[in-house]
Amino acid sequence: MGILGWTTFWVVVTFSLYIGIAIWSRVTSTKGFYVAGQGVPTLANGMAVGADWMSAASFISMAGLVSFMGFDGSVYLMGWTGGYVLLAILLAPFLRKFGEYTVPDFVGKRYYSNYARVIAAIAAIFVSFTYVAGQMRGVGVVFSRFLGELVEPLATGIGVEVITIGVVIGMAIVATYAVLGGMKGITYTQVAQYCVLIVAYTIPAVAIGFSLTGSPIPHVAIGEVLPQLDGLQQELGLDMYSGPFANLSMLNVFAITFVLMAGTAGLPHVIVRFYTVKTVKSARWSALWAIVFIAILYTVAPAVAMFSRYEILQSFSELGAMGMLESPRTSWIQTWAATGLIETSQWSEGMSANALLDTIDRDIIVLATPEIANLSPWVVGLVAAGGLAAALSTASGLMLVISSSLAHDVYGEIINPEASEQQRLRVGRFIIFVAIIGAGLLGIYPLGFVAEVVAFAFGLAAASFFPILVLGIFWKRCNKEGAIAGIVTGLSFTFIMIIMMRAHVALAEFGVTEPVFETFLGINAQGIGLVGMILNFVVTYFVTINTEEPPQEVQDLVEQIRYPRTLTAEELGEAAQSDS
Amino acid sequence: MANNAPEIDRETYWRTLMRRTLILLTVWFITGYVMSIFLAEPLNNIDFGGIPFGFWMAQQGSIFVFVSLVLIYAIATGQLDRQAGVEEDDDSTAAPGAAH
Repeated sequence: MGILGWTTFWVVVTFSLYIGIAIWSRVTSTKGFYVAGQGVPTLANGMAVGADWMSAASFISMAGLVSFMGFDGSVYLMGWTGGYVLLAILLAPFLRKFGEYTVPDFVGKRYYSNYARVIAAIAAIFVSFTYVAGQMRGVGVVFSRFLGELVEPLATGIGVEVITIGVVIGMAIVATYAVLGGMKGITYTQVAQYCVLIVAYTIPAVAIGFSLTGSPIPHVAIGEVLPQLDGLQQELGLDMYSGPFANLSMLNVFAITFVLMAGTAGLPHVIVRFYTVKTVKSARWSALWAIVFIAILYTVAPAVAMFSRYEILQSFSELGAMGMLESPRTSWIQTWAATGLIETSQWSEGMSANALLDTIDRDIIVLATPEIANLSPWVVGLVAAGGLAAALSTASGLMLVISSSLAHDVYGEIINPEASEQQRLRVGRFIIFVAIIGAGLLGIYPLGFVAEVVAFAFGLAAASFFPILVLGIFWKRCNKEGAIAGIVTGLSFTFIMIIMMRAHVALAEFGVTEPVFETFLGINAQGIGLVGMILNFVVTYFVTINTEEPPQEVQDLVEQIRYPRTLTAEELGEAAQSDS
Repeated sequence: MANNAPEIDRETYWRTLMRRTLILLTVWFITGYVMSIFLAEPLNNIDFGGIPFGFWMAQQGSIFVFVSLVLIYAIATGQLDRQAGVEEDDDSTAAPGAAH
């Protein structure tokens, strides 16, 4: 069987599995729909967080970005793991104790205001939509490369592009298990998706590491490959791969890493996963499992990045650009050139290594790695299925946040608080369906690089949710005036800055070609959320201390969420006295 | 609970938890930012199994430290819960709405 056959095989097998799980895990209550009945086992929740978290950006794009950025790619590796430290020790256990359905629930109750709830719901929807755009795009990229031949006749038949068919199929799958099973369906599908994606990610890394160095452990193999890669880089007149700050200044590496960490901790679709476990203790332990499962992929990614870059540069130095086009050893170039993701038309005799690398789209590195290393077709197909698992699992988690923000927070709590369980569930299902269609449209009409779009979601989450969630738990005095002012300032500052710096990318066809400014205080669009976050903290603080302290029941609530066991009214009374 | 009196009161529990949280965050900052970013250039002069140390910290070492921090937190806070008698009584902490 060739690549097409194997890819079809893996995609059919994994998709059938997801649908099977969907049918098995149908739910009939809102508690089941939003938080999986709060009965998800710790280990399973850890895997679900891992799959929910590791998106098309992590799976498909990240190693490619690291491969092209060298040391500076560490922003993604550290940023997307270090955030779990913040989440695990500052947020997850306390939010689990609070024990509601959504992040806006916490904001609304902690800041005793439906305005705060609505603002949080809007921020959650906004962040999630930004994030989901990248996922559906990832589904499209996988389909156009691996199943292009298969769906091509159908696509031409109805007069659409291959990528559109891919996105529509992806939407149909997510719709099935998200609408039927809600959080429960999503959780158990994500457990399966985690297994698929981690196997698909590590097999090529292990195989390549073994063939290059004789060590089957990628973390060890890099010790041998890196010196050779650095040597090759120098030979070809490139900066050292391991040398810092070749692409980004130290300030930007710092700012972006911080934003990705704080953003991770503030992303509603990740936080809400900790509402699904039974106890505070299991929230702490599922945070541990989550970071363990995530770290497996994130510590292998630098190896994938190095191996693929090494293989590409090695072929280049031996064969030259023109030789690479003809040699059977580098046949992957032709297959990917067909998708338009490598622009071989710009290749010429005697071109520099840098110019060659510039013609290769970053998003293809992971998907092309098995072919670059000439692994067997079943691995190539498995990696494609892994990429789909990563994109679909994240998309479904995001869909649920969008649905719960609208159906639970806006409809259930504000528009129609009298709604029956049945009505709420019906509205939830309807909205998740509409959201999936919206996400699909974003995939068909994409906004830019998968990882770039996703990176902005972090800036927005870091500047909006992170500060007020942390202050809400650790600072009893923090009040609604402060929180609302803080979230509005942080979110609007960050959003406006990103528009100023990046709008020209999306608006090029309308004649906008230059950004209003490139950087703010030397920080670029990806890192600007750091400034937004600091502004949020500062504004929340000063507005709070100049306005009235929150009512006693809110201070009791904060006291309550700090301890795993439910405190009695008497105990809360003592605490209130010792405060004053 | 309440079978035996807790070893520490709730105020001490919270103060201890805050102190430990600060220590963990300090380690998080030193490994993730100081060693992996601010001092990456000088640390790159140290050879760590073929890999410049600053680079290894940024792409491997810091991640291992992050995992350990979360592990330490889960174990240590569990012990602290028991000492202060604030661990959960049964399998369910709080159904929605029960915490307030």
